[in-house]
Amino acid sequence: MPIVTIDGVSVEVEAGTTILNAARKIGGDLVPPAMCYYSKLKGSGGKCRTCLVEITKGSGANPTPMPKLQASCSTPVADGMEVKNMTSPKVQDMRKGVVEFLLINHPLDCPICDQAGECDLQNLGFDYGVAKTRYQEERRTFDKINIGDKIQLHMTRCILCYRCTYVADQLTDKRVHGIMNRGDAAEISTYIQNAVENEMSGNMIDVCPVGALTDKTFRFKSRVWFLKPFDAHRECTKCCGKTTVWMFGNEIYRVTVRKDVYHEVETLEDGKPAYICNDCRFEKKNVNDWTIEGPRKFEKFSVINQGNYTRKMERVEIDTDPRILYGRQEDKKAISMNGTNFNKPEKALSDGKDTDGQF
Amino acid sequence: MGKKILLEHINVPGIETYEVFRKMGGYASVEKALKTKTPLEVVEEVKKSGLRGRGGAGFPTGLKWSFIDKKSGNPRQLVCNADESEPGTFKDRYLMEKLPHLLVEGMIVSSFALEAHLSYIYIRGEYMWVFRILEKAIKEAYAAGWLGKNIQGSGYDLDLHVTCGAGAYICGEETALIESLEGKRGNPRIKPPFPAVVGLYGNPTVVNNVETIMDIPWIVNNGGEEFAKFGIGKSTGTKLISASGNIKKPGVYEIELSIPVEEFVMSDEYCGGMQTDRPLKACVPGGSSVPILPANLLFKTAKGETRLMTYESMSDGGFATGSMIGSGGFIVYDDRACIVRNTWNFARFYHHESCGQCSPCREGTGWMEKVLWRIEHGFGNIEDIDLLWDIQRKIEGNTICPLGDAAAWPVAAAIRHFRDEFEFHIRYPEKVKDRKHFEKEPWEQVKHLVKKEDAVLV
Repeated sequence: MPIVTIDGVSVEVEAGTTILNAARKIGGDLVPPAMCYYSKLKGSGGKCRTCLVEITKGSGANPTPMPKLQASCSTPVADGMEVKNMTSPKVQDMRKGVVEFLLINHPLDCPICDQAGECDLQNLGFDYGVAKTRYQEERRTFDKINIGDKIQLHMTRCILCYRCTYVADQLTDKRVHGIMNRGDAAEISTYIQNAVENEMSGNMIDVCPVGALTDKTFRFKSRVWFLKPFDAHRECTKCCGKTTVWMFGNEIYRVTVRKDVYHEVETLEDGKPAYICNDCRFEKKNVNDWTIEGPRKFEKFSVINQGNYTRKMERVEIDTDPRILYGRQEDKKAISMNGTNFNKPEKALSDGKDTDGQF
Repeated sequence: MGKKILLEHINVPGIETYEVFRKMGGYASVEKALKTKTPLEVVEEVKKSGLRGRGGAGFPTGLKWSFIDKKSGNPRQLVCNADESEPGTFKDRYLMEKLPHLLVEGMIVSSFALEAHLSYIYIRGEYMWVFRILEKAIKEAYAAGWLGKNIQGSGYDLDLHVTCGAGAYICGEETALIESLEGKRGNPRIKPPFPAVVGLYGNPTVVNNVETIMDIPWIVNNGGEEFAKFGIGKSTGTKLISASGNIKKPGVYEIELSIPVEEFVMSDEYCGGMQTDRPLKACVPGGSSVPILPANLLFKTAKGETRLMTYESMSDGGFATGSMIGSGGFIVYDDRACIVRNTWNFARFYHHESCGQCSPCREGTGWMEKVLWRIEHGFGNIEDIDLLWDIQRKIEGNTICPLGDAAAWPVAAAIRHFRDEFEFHIRYPEKVKDRKHFEKEPWEQVKHLVKKEDAVLV
């Protein structure tokens, strides 16, 4: 089996493994970020170019370095290969460039985006982005599209990773969803605003690395970091029924698949990815529908992981003016939504009225 | 008059018809190859000829053919890339219009060499009339027994189809071409696997340019060594150059890959010198994606040697002082041309043609176009030049296919050689308001305005 060295750490992997998966086997900081690659979707990867790495030694037999940076998600390892990721200034510089490219047409509407807090692009931006943009022109915008009554597509936020089209290809039977146009006018769309009517279509939301595809039953209901994730399961005839439910108090706000540290859907004991059906995702919002297994132990490193109970939590003392803390009390009340019948507001935030381009 | 390989009989009336073409010795190479040679011998002959791909990259054709996977036992396929879309290049169109049967002949011999039994010509959608010419030629070839089952009693079968693209530059990239030919969206594939192993419909595939394919019959007829006698060193044979721009005689010329660039531009046999005898300012020697060369680096290399129309000499000095022969789109500019506007025009093209699959190219090409638009129209600021340089640097080499490089190189070269002109546009916006500003005030008259103070001190 080939042995590959990444940032000075050697690992033995099966022949044909990609550099990215070899790095994931080692784990830790040296794993290149991936926006488009999704190990459970065949054919994904190679597009976003955030996982570029420098190959300083091609293989033991042919030690010439590769002249160009290679996409680690689609380059297979060779025995004796040496790869530089975090230790290569060239890679770090180019990755900053790629992040800048991804962000120039991104609306940066994180304050009103449902994905904020668990967004791959946000994390990438924190790691490699710069606070100031050099882009002066108008950003590209699109109209919002409803893909079915439960999924909202907001192309303006999309980074064209193609993951959702692979979901449509590989999980659903009728293909009505793909890429239209080309270049920076390219957009994910359904065939003449067709709804993707399929039991598994909701998984698009989970594979989307940004907030382009959002769950309409959860849209604008809460921020993800206010919710507590619990592993839960139910008997389901259509899918595995193993999910994460996101709760606030005793209410289930949303249901997602169980995601691993790379923000990909977890693998079941039988080796299949634990995708869930639309019934479990959109319809079962009552605690009695579920058997709660217990708090979720980990998530990827992100804002939502800040409240991870498995780590030791320090009590934070805020040493400031009590009048400021008064505002904090008010915030707390607002966040907890005590007294608001939030799930039945007078005007639903996600009843399609928000398609006027305000958000 | 230089010797001609492809355009020898170009002026014979009716050469585009089967009868005349056959009378002029057409399809002789098919007879020779099918009856007296084995496929391997044809490949060896092409290897000996040193023929290099004429589509732009200049990869040795014989070597490319020998890479094709034979172990898998899957049917092998040959695809002719007639998706000529590079701005400044129009040689394939001319060849196919005039010599459709030579392409069919070349396809038969090349398919025989690769032991392919189903071959395709992929032509761009804008060449619809050429598509019809080719269809007619293929029909005639079928009728005369050059295509189909048991060609001329040799036992070799070949079917040839011509397929129309929908008009995308990116489909000239070989893997995007294959995707498009399969009926999918023309996105380049991620390599490896290379088409020689997994190509069209998963079969081993070779994709060759029109001109490359058309060179094969001559090589088979006259032998690879004879072909290699043309040209210098590793640049063998002749090449078609599509000359355009401010020259007296724009058009398609067949040159031996050894003549000096100066001879090509200035001699009456070829371009005939500068139009209206204005001074030469710059030249794009190989289609819009190759770096632009200023006049002082066009006829002489940085080392002071004569620059020749060869793959090696043209790229002498790397990208710092050289360029590439590319696909042979030779665009000449005189002193009325605005390099900033020209670069913006190229950037606009690449922005429009980017497939949008990988992020650096999708976002970067649009960004470059916008920044160049700003500079050209007098809204730029001085940091924009460095910004442009940084954008192109981050696109180049980081994309799936070479379109990203092709978009980055002309911008890089324009900044490298004509930085002063960019500064002029930024510092004197009122002077560049009129798009014909250099026609009124050529660069020589205004360049003192952006002269470097420190340069005066030195």
